[in-house]
Amino acid sequence: MVWQALADILAGRHGAGAIIVEQLRLPRALLAIMVGGTLGLSGAVLQGYLRNPLADPGILGVSGGAALGAVSVFYTGLMQVSIMALPLGGLAGALCAVVVLMGLVGRGGTLVLLLAGAALSSFAAALTALVLNLVPSPYASFEIMHWLMGSLTDRTFTHVWICLPGVVCGTLLMLSAGRALDALTLGEDVAESLGFRLHGVWGVQTRVVLGAALSVGSCVAVSGAIGFVGLVVPHLLRPLTGYQPSRLLVPSALGGSLLLLGADMVVRVVSVGTELQLGVLTALVGAPVFFARVIMLKRTGS
Amino acid sequence: MTLLQANGVSLRRGGRAVVSGASLTLEKGRVVGLIGPNGAGKSTFMRMLAGLQAPDCGQIDLLGRDIGQIPPGLRARQLAFMPQDGEKPPPMPVRALVALGRLPHGQVNAQAARHPAVAHALAATGLHDLCARPASHLSGGERARMNLARALATDTPVILADEPIAALDPAHALSMMHLLRQQAGQGKGIVIVLHDLVLATRFCDDLVLMDGGSVIRHGPPVQVLDDDIMRTVYGVTVRRVGDAIVPWALCR
Repeated sequence: MVWQALADILAGRHGAGAIIVEQLRLPRALLAIMVGGTLGLSGAVLQGYLRNPLADPGILGVSGGAALGAVSVFYTGLMQVSIMALPLGGLAGALCAVVVLMGLVGRGGTLVLLLAGAALSSFAAALTALVLNLVPSPYASFEIMHWLMGSLTDRTFTHVWICLPGVVCGTLLMLSAGRALDALTLGEDVAESLGFRLHGVWGVQTRVVLGAALSVGSCVAVSGAIGFVGLVVPHLLRPLTGYQPSRLLVPSALGGSLLLLGADMVVRVVSVGTELQLGVLTALVGAPVFFARVIMLKRTGS
Repeated sequence: MTLLQANGVSLRRGGRAVVSGASLTLEKGRVVGLIGPNGAGKSTFMRMLAGLQAPDCGQIDLLGRDIGQIPPGLRARQLAFMPQDGEKPPPMPVRALVALGRLPHGQVNAQAARHPAVAHALAATGLHDLCARPASHLSGGERARMNLARALATDTPVILADEPIAALDPAHALSMMHLLRQQAGQGKGIVIVLHDLVLATRFCDDLVLMDGGSVIRHGPPVQVLDDDIMRTVYGVTVRRVGDAIVPWALCR
């Protein structure tokens, strides 16, 4: 069925199956792969860079910026102008947040980065709440809440193109930091003495933060906030990669893609009246993983 | 042959001179002990010697070249730095962590772990039997040896070690000093920050005594450490026991 449809697309025939796959399923699957991969990879990179297994892409505040951008589009009614206003608004919000974040952090260290991210995300959350507060119609605020939960429903290839540049650039930047992340397991002074520049224009911090911010911002702009993937996937795969940060990167990206692809399939197939939002499902699955980790941690005591 | 040479190095932080006019010379095959009370500026001086902190003024040459001008990748193949033991290592296997010492040579993962320098470093530090163990499970003494093994794996002519024996019991401290002495015997130059003056006197060729950011004295141990200096710098009096050369009993 799907293969037939794919063959039809490649041959340029326009059957019903081909249209469904090309217009609905394929962009959705591609976005699931891109968004999941980005969340998994950036989670692994940030956890490695900050040497904190609880870091997740949200701490940069860029997701908050993207959400604010998208919510502003709802508020201003730009939605009516074009269906693309929403992801473009999200992208604009994310890019503004990236610029502010990089400016705030400058040559500061990881503590400055964490503080800047916390400041940025709480400010973006406050402004998002303000917009929700001021939004004229209850219908619009319902739409906003719904979008904020994160979903890949009704996405097209245009969404893929909007998301792609940031994801590609961000991924390359993050992958280039792999060896430095290994060196950082020994502490910042040792990493620098091993020949890695941590700060400065093309330093490790710039590559990690800019890479994660660009790719996550682009993803949140098209999918909304999808939590727990960036936190849980690297966390679960870390023991399988010998706890070495550089070896965690690719598996974590693949794991994130697979998880989101699977989760999206579940929300598409399982029917509970209204369609489950993807972000709700990942949170429902992700949070219990942490409960299990807590219990295991108490048992082994390590 | 002079490996590392610092001349009149100074650094101010927050309006206070942390290091002022400090100098140090490290020759091939020598162990230089950097000593002095807490807050004397030893660690800051070490970070500058390692090229991790640029001095406000003064000159530091590594193998005859201004250390600030050496690209970080090349510097990493000439000088290994062991900072004060701080962070708990990750649960990576010991061999994998030691193999990170090959990063300056562009070798990673299995290729790095198989390199003879890694095997040599593990053997020299007696870690061969522990090389599959997660580094987070090591004792303090084993961890200190692992840090040294990582530095040895890079195979640099210069090693800087900041208080490598601070957390070790006497037996482990001794074996660590023997290891460093042995490395110097093979032609490396080593600068080591120490608080144990007995071991400093016994294992170092030269001592550099810092206080208040300046080098007060430098030279062979017996010339640097006399009763006067112990009283003025450390604020302790020395009571000699028998004919011992080293100050054995220290009193307030």
